[in-house]
Amino acid sequence: MNLIYNWMYYIASGGLILIGLYIVLVKTNLIKIVIGLHFINTGVNILLICIGYIRGRTAPIFSKPGINPTNVVDPVPQALVLTAIVIGVAVLALALSIVIKVYQHNHTLNVTKIKGLKW
Amino acid sequence: MRRIIGLIVLAVIAVGFILTFSQIPFGKDKIDVANYYIKKGIEETGAVNIVTSVVLNYRGFDTLGEITVLFIAALGLGAVLFVERKVQKRASDNQEDKTKNASLILRTGSHLLFPLILLFGAYIFVHGHLTPGGGFQGGAVIASGFLLMYLAFPKQSINKKSSSVVESLSGLVFVGIGLLGLVFSGYFLTNFLPKGIPNTLFSAGIIPIIYIAVGLKVGFELTGIIDDLLGRSR
Repeated sequence: MNLIYNWMYYIASGGLILIGLYIVLVKTNLIKIVIGLHFINTGVNILLICIGYIRGRTAPIFSKPGINPTNVVDPVPQALVLTAIVIGVAVLALALSIVIKVYQHNHTLNVTKIKGLKW
Repeated sequence: MRRIIGLIVLAVIAVGFILTFSQIPFGKDKIDVANYYIKKGIEETGAVNIVTSVVLNYRGFDTLGEITVLFIAALGLGAVLFVERKVQKRASDNQEDKTKNASLILRTGSHLLFPLILLFGAYIFVHGHLTPGGGFQGGAVIASGFLLMYLAFPKQSINKKSSSVVESLSGLVFVGIGLLGLVFSGYFLTNFLPKGIPNTLFSAGIIPIIYIAVGLKVGFELTGIIDDLLGRSR
């Protein structure tokens, strides 16, 4: 129980990153590789957020009188992730558009069958 | 073979990950530089949402860079798909349009929901300095509203010209406000407007203005991405 209580978020984010890397390294379908890249993206976002988390504290928004500087979490990782999510979506769309072009050019999505990459 | 090599690489990375993160305790107080933002943030920027004041005030220049990354990604997508679409249009003149209309439920429901989704997105980015949220999230909500319209009416599309005008103008507003800060107080993106009373709508100086610009830019950029990706099947 203690292991899960202390390391659950690290395990989740590390698991997502490793699953994504496994997909990128092993799968041959280009769409699956793009999905794996997005897995890595999500894992890194969760990792950044949970590094900044402090147990028992609340979000760094001073909208109520009870919240003072001693009981809020670290705002800097949240600020980083906030922009990274939207950029992740845009980069995913760019990758998918390249996949579309590759499919039209080679009529296959299997990277082992695309001969232009080999010498 | 690939699988075995992949698993070996993964094992090496996993060991490195575990060794690194066993040294970083979860949930402990390790705030360092953010202490300054938390303590001085409200009086220096006027925004009660410290994340917003970090994104747009202390690190506003970074955010300008991130907007640029988003713009370049959208531009690259358009450039990759553009040539294809001209060829496609010529080919699709001959054959019948195969896109089906959406169901009655989706069409009626989207009429009801679309204005509400736009309103919600606008609410999120106008209140970015007071509540959780801001330009990026509000823009994503607005783009999801447009995505709903695309699903309901697959044969129609947004006016590409006016949406790109809004997008460019909002990008220029961001840069222009930064340059005005340079004129008034000597630094790019200085908060030169009056701070106001914290926790009210008209506070935090330039932050709400920039967030409105960011929200419009992100919203129409993501809508443009959706349009580019769907434009091929039309």
